[in-house]
Amino acid sequence: MTTQTPETRNPAPAEGSAPRRAIPDRLGTPFARILRRWEVLLFGVAVAIFIANALASPYFLNIWNLSDATFNFTEKALIAFAMALLVISGEIDLSVAAIIALASTAMGAAAQAGIGTAGLVAIGLGVGLGCGLVNGFLVSVMRLPSIVVTIGTMSLYRGISYIVLGDQAYGGYPESFAFFGQGYVLGPISFEFALFAVAAILFSVLLHATNFGRQVFVIGNNDFAARFSGIPVERVKFILFLLTGLMSGIAAICLTSRLGSTRPSIAQGWELEVVTMVVLGGVSILGGAGTIGGVVIAAFVMGLVTFGLGLLNVPGIVMSIFIGLLLIVTIALPIIAGRIKAMGKS
Amino acid sequence: MLFEMGGKTMKLKTALAAGVALAVALMAGAASAADMKIGLVVKSLGNGFFEAANKGAQEAAKELGGVEIIYTGPTTTTAEGQIEVINALIAQGVNAIAISANDPDAVVPALKKAAQRGIKVISWDSGVAPAGRILQLNPSSNELIGKMCLQLAADHLEGGKGDFAILSATTTSTNQNIWIGEMKKQLKDFPGLKLVTTVYGDDLSDKSYREAQGLLTAHPDVKVIVAPTTVGVLAASQAVKDAGKIGQVYVTGLGLPSEMAGAIKSGATKEFAIWNPIDLGYTATQISYHLVKGDTDGKPGSEIEAGRMGKIKVGANGEAAMGDPFVYNAGNIDQFSKVF
Repeated sequence: MTTQTPETRNPAPAEGSAPRRAIPDRLGTPFARILRRWEVLLFGVAVAIFIANALASPYFLNIWNLSDATFNFTEKALIAFAMALLVISGEIDLSVAAIIALASTAMGAAAQAGIGTAGLVAIGLGVGLGCGLVNGFLVSVMRLPSIVVTIGTMSLYRGISYIVLGDQAYGGYPESFAFFGQGYVLGPISFEFALFAVAAILFSVLLHATNFGRQVFVIGNNDFAARFSGIPVERVKFILFLLTGLMSGIAAICLTSRLGSTRPSIAQGWELEVVTMVVLGGVSILGGAGTIGGVVIAAFVMGLVTFGLGLLNVPGIVMSIFIGLLLIVTIALPIIAGRIKAMGKS
Repeated sequence: MLFEMGGKTMKLKTALAAGVALAVALMAGAASAADMKIGLVVKSLGNGFFEAANKGAQEAAKELGGVEIIYTGPTTTTAEGQIEVINALIAQGVNAIAISANDPDAVVPALKKAAQRGIKVISWDSGVAPAGRILQLNPSSNELIGKMCLQLAADHLEGGKGDFAILSATTTSTNQNIWIGEMKKQLKDFPGLKLVTTVYGDDLSDKSYREAQGLLTAHPDVKVIVAPTTVGVLAASQAVKDAGKIGQVYVTGLGLPSEMAGAIKSGATKEFAIWNPIDLGYTATQISYHLVKGDTDGKPGSEIEAGRMGKIKVGANGEAAMGDPFVYNAGNIDQFSKVF
């Protein structure tokens, strides 16, 4: 994160973050522009879901139940923050769930060997970083497309877990290790939720208030121009893969602690849920646009929908359909809006 | 900052609470129709076996009265999905959870939380580690399975007298070896039966088929082949049919109704056994009910009333056996072959 110092001689990125096409300087009142923002729309959806849930189930408005509900999304959201940056820069990492599996397996093996909580955390973070390093190396140094690389490492990392564990499970984690996934910081605020809040703030600052964050936007908008502007494109991407690996390692610690055991099928299918969260949060899958705030709201929307429908005992498949529809609407709305606008002009 | 986040949720809560209070009161009034809510958590929804278990649970609920069954489970067979379901059940304040677990260990912390909030937790079918449940309901016990296999062999022989052979899985299959051991131990209770030999088909269709063929030629006196494995019983039925020995040699053992329907129709087997998911759901519901009522603590050694299934005895390690495996024949095969 200290890498921006050599680039301070180049102030271009600050201005370059606007999209290449139409640069509307003043259109409508600031208030109208705020209303049209995806995050505001999504926030409206979140509030609507919250109210609907509260009306539909008498059990929803209970602070402990709501606290339980946050566990449905906190771990995924931790990864989604890093993933958002990666997607904004025009890359993707589909190996995140497999990194959880590998990190969890490594922690399980270490716990069997009698290593304490601090050691386990270090191993979880280390494996996460290591996996991110491999992804970053293949993408940034070997210049391979990230979608291909991470589909490969997805099989590789989880494959190692399956070889190590087979149909067995690791258990016997130390008592104090349970804090990360089952502990509470203050009242009904769980450690995981606190971590989620802190990570949201840190990633917001990183993306929206630092030179590094602006470089991420520039790379996503125009990789070529970014290179000509003297932005170390490959280095930025490498750091983003490291960061995604690290966040996956943190999620692995939380999830392993919450489950109290490790199987190679842990976190199966989470990579798509993380990407869904990112895209639902208004991050452009083509890169170059998005906010952390949007991802935070998307995390709440997904968590509230899952929990609310669960309270009503609606089968899980209906939740999948709902999220799927929401996702299609997310992608379709801006495109359709753009077309209507274009039609109005001609 | 995190406190601020927490505060925000609270403020939102207070703001909404006023407008929502009336609706909540109405809902709460409507929800209190059933006195007891039992969550039947399955490995995944859309599985015939579990749909059948739900049928049994509904039957028990009707019989007991005032019981609402919440039949639920994740879309895919993951432990994480089951934990979300368990959390939702805890939030609804169910009285009991009866779960067939996707992972015996990973659901334990969530189930422990349920127990702390006064929910009675049992596992059935696919068990949970002892720390996470009061008891585990097994469909049957090794002793009963061994006895059932002998009973089936005797039923196929005139006067219960004659030679039979066993077609097993591999020589190292734990379950099959235990069951064969039980059969040998209880053979004294069936004086007419004579075990000629045991062969091993390794749970492979083609090898099991060849071993059954070998039995038919090498031991012409064998009138019944008992296969305590679903692969073996199916392959042996086919071998008997192909050898044209239907009516002279019978096949029986443990099989799946959907696979064995053909063998029943052809007459290669008259009856076979396996657990009945309907009874399993029924018994799990009965046990949950009596645990909530406080009629029993479910500790090892206790006996729990389970309606038409009789008394269920809780054994060592908190494991309970439901009863004899269920016998399938021409009379009920059509009904169950659609289920599993």
